[in-house]
Amino acid sequence: MITAAVPERENYLNNAYGIKSWLLTRDHKRIGLLYLFTVTLFFFLGGAFATMIRIELLTPQGNFVSSETYNKLFTMHGVAMIFFFLIPAIPATLGNFFLPMMIGARDLAFPRINLLSWYLLVIGGLFSLFAMLAGGVDTGWTFYTPYSTTYSNSWVIATALGIFISGFSSILTGLNFIVTVHRMRAPGMTWMRMPLFVWSHYATALIQVLGTPVVAVTIILLFCERVFHIGIFDPTLGGDPVLFQHMFWFYSHPAVYIMILPAMGIVSELVSVFSRKPVFGYQFVAYASMAIAVLGFLVWGHHLFVSTQSVYAALVFSFLSYFVAIPSAIKVFNWTATLYKGSISFATPMLYAFGFIGLFTIGGLTGLFVAALGFDVHVTDTYFVVAHFHYIMVGGTIMAYLGGLHYWWPKITGRMYPEGWAKLSALIIFLGFNLTFFPQFILGYLGMPRRYHVYPDEFQVLHVLSTAGASVLAVGYLMPMIYFIWSLRYGKVASANPWGATGLEWQTPSPPPVHNFDVTPIVTHDAYDYSTVIGQEVEVG
Amino acid sequence: MPANDAHAHAESPALRVQFDTEAQQKDASTLGMWLFLITEVMFFGGMFLVYTVYRNAYPGIFAIASSSLDVYIGAANTVVLLCSSFTMVLAVRAAQLGQRKAIILFLILTLILGGIFLGVKAYEWNEKFQEHHVPGSSFHFEGMQPDEQAHAQLFFSLYFAMTGLHALHMVIGVGMLLFLIRQAQKGRYSAEYMTPVDLGGLYWHFVDIIWIFLFPLLYLIDRHLKG
Amino acid sequence: MSEHIDSVKTYALVFAALIAATVGTTAVAFVDLGPFSVVVALLIAVCKMLLVALFFMHVRHSTRLTRLVVLGGLLWLLILIALTMGDILTRNWVGVPGR
Ligand code: HEM
Ligand SMILES: [Cu+2]
Repeated sequence: MITAAVPERENYLNNAYGIKSWLLTRDHKRIGLLYLFTVTLFFFLGGAFATMIRIELLTPQGNFVSSETYNKLFTMHGVAMIFFFLIPAIPATLGNFFLPMMIGARDLAFPRINLLSWYLLVIGGLFSLFAMLAGGVDTGWTFYTPYSTTYSNSWVIATALGIFISGFSSILTGLNFIVTVHRMRAPGMTWMRMPLFVWSHYATALIQVLGTPVVAVTIILLFCERVFHIGIFDPTLGGDPVLFQHMFWFYSHPAVYIMILPAMGIVSELVSVFSRKPVFGYQFVAYASMAIAVLGFLVWGHHLFVSTQSVYAALVFSFLSYFVAIPSAIKVFNWTATLYKGSISFATPMLYAFGFIGLFTIGGLTGLFVAALGFDVHVTDTYFVVAHFHYIMVGGTIMAYLGGLHYWWPKITGRMYPEGWAKLSALIIFLGFNLTFFPQFILGYLGMPRRYHVYPDEFQVLHVLSTAGASVLAVGYLMPMIYFIWSLRYGKVASANPWGATGLEWQTPSPPPVHNFDVTPIVTHDAYDYSTVIGQEVEVG
Repeated sequence: MPANDAHAHAESPALRVQFDTEAQQKDASTLGMWLFLITEVMFFGGMFLVYTVYRNAYPGIFAIASSSLDVYIGAANTVVLLCSSFTMVLAVRAAQLGQRKAIILFLILTLILGGIFLGVKAYEWNEKFQEHHVPGSSFHFEGMQPDEQAHAQLFFSLYFAMTGLHALHMVIGVGMLLFLIRQAQKGRYSAEYMTPVDLGGLYWHFVDIIWIFLFPLLYLIDRHLKG
Repeated sequence: MSEHIDSVKTYALVFAALIAATVGTTAVAFVDLGPFSVVVALLIAVCKMLLVALFFMHVRHSTRLTRLVVLGGLLWLLILIALTMGDILTRNWVGVPGR
């Protein structure tokens, strides 16, 4: 295993061997790795579906797959990516691993529940995947009624039930995080000394706990409607299909913040470490996370602008949507201000952080475009919206996720990744990403609707550019897969604190011992006080 | 009130490694339970939302459909559930005082009352089956137009969904009580360690609160119309 | 951690109040209060909920954090219902079919 060259010191990886020691572990670090493995699998599955979508869109005629297959492809792509990759991606992997360590705890408050939530994700994920493959679900990831309840085939319900199950995984993770942050902080770790990564996970956890149950009950109602045909979402029986959209988006808009807030937490860490300065306006950034969590619950109606939602409600939701942009903007400004006069190093994680800031800004600003009623009526359900959310979810969340993986890789495995290859892949991902998704803004603005596989000839150039970009992107994503695995054996052995970072997770050996710290740390400084690490070696950058 | 905070780590078998003290462990469990109850609030909340929407849309039909429920059975069952909450709180009190026999006694009483509630509920549901008030192809509500039938069916869909979900929580609660009784018989709970009883109490009272709202919302809509 | 142990008498009084409220809400449902009957029914239910939460669930003696959690949960339920009803109640105001 990885420990070959390391002098035998007991750590969480070598304290027990065998499949059982993983499947029954209660160690948050091992569970984090189980999640890492799982979500990576779903990421590549979702990626495979995306590849087929992009191949189909190379030509204006639908000549690679049929319309039905195409509908199934984008449904499977969306479900796999959103529910089984993006939502658990950062909190359940890096959050699970580092949240307890960053506050000086030995584990999460409820380790057994933590393991249970991994099983729920796996069961829910496999269940949905099976249902989608076996039944060919074609509703899109949003399951809108009455199509899903009356017209499409019944496998849609099985798919939704898988999401229901994995929803409990998300709820339990959130619950665990909240209790851990409240009750398990090391002596001296006051709220205003917590790393911003912890703050943003705390905010995320609030959303998971408050929002997810609503989508769970919505899925139950969907189930009842489909099986007993009781009319709750069926207009022919006096039901209101738009009510489904309300309930769905009450969760799913906040859920986009489940995806982005943890990413913001990572970026706060990276920007600070690699410019060796405390995050500018720490308190504002911390409170901005909380503000996003709260305000995120007040704007869901902006997804219903072209439904029968009343004009007045639409006005209010449009207006409120602008308020969520404020805390997001505060963060972007404060990261930028942190760079000012910093001694910036361009190590790979920092490249990803820069990528995040740029791409998230574009995604957020176009969010403001589509939150404007008049403009949205023009671009809704076009590639403009597709580009908007991919800029945030792929350009934002996945960039930060990869940045975080590189940053903490030495801590997780005790090995460095190869810096040259990593820089190259970061560059490839950035270029590939923009080539894939920027043309989609133009396509959408020109009127290319989403979820269609046949399109007018004049759109072909932009579609070809996008598919070309997707191929570049795919290469970019495969590279880290390969060199991460390579580094497990051949990577340079990492010291305890290779970046000269201040977080508690760096005050313990790499890889960490089973209960993280041999002695419970006592915190005496603010989160990003670099005077505490002066003189510690900086290996890279 | 664990007196041995400082050395609890080595001494108490109930203390898990991630915690420093029993007080910390208990606080964590309590907070966890309350957060869980909040997720339940949002879960039932979705149902209450749907109820609000359709009662607002079809107030007249909902009133007529509601008055076909037996209000006296509903009220009596409410009393049964409140009694069970009373015995539950006494069980928790007994645990706080370390009265082991009393814990068991009150938990068993709670269990019996919970069982009665579920029995009555089953009786009521069964009646609905006989009256064809169960949503589905055989649904029929006497003296209504076809479109009104659909709206009445909405009421009964909500009736079954809400009482069904509530009953499911009761069943889980009954399972929990059985577990607590078993453990109490083994003498696991004392004045020093009674967290499970405490948390069980929170859950049971929460389920009671849900019913406190279900009863007026389902049984008591404009009763005066029909008397 | 201060552990308060309430007396049996307190619990019995709360219990009696709950029973009285149940009888009360049932009786008042038969009186024609127009649109206020639902208001009264819900007010009584809220009072009963408060009794159960404050006394039986010990919120009365609990930490600020617990109270915050309870209030937060209720507030979020309110957001869900209020904003959705905000749409439903204002539909058709502009007189355009479907809006
Ligand atoms: C700056 C704040 C944001 C605003 C104001 C905003 C606004 C909007 C609006 C108005 C739409 C609906 C467009 C339409 O369907 O016509 C939309 C769609 C979407 N947004 Fe955002 N957004 C913001 C941030 C985010 C974030 C952070 C994410 C994800 C991490 C995200 C993900 C999505 C997704 C997935 C959709 C499409 C949903 C679908 O219909 O499939 N947005 N956004
Ligand atoms: Cu949104």
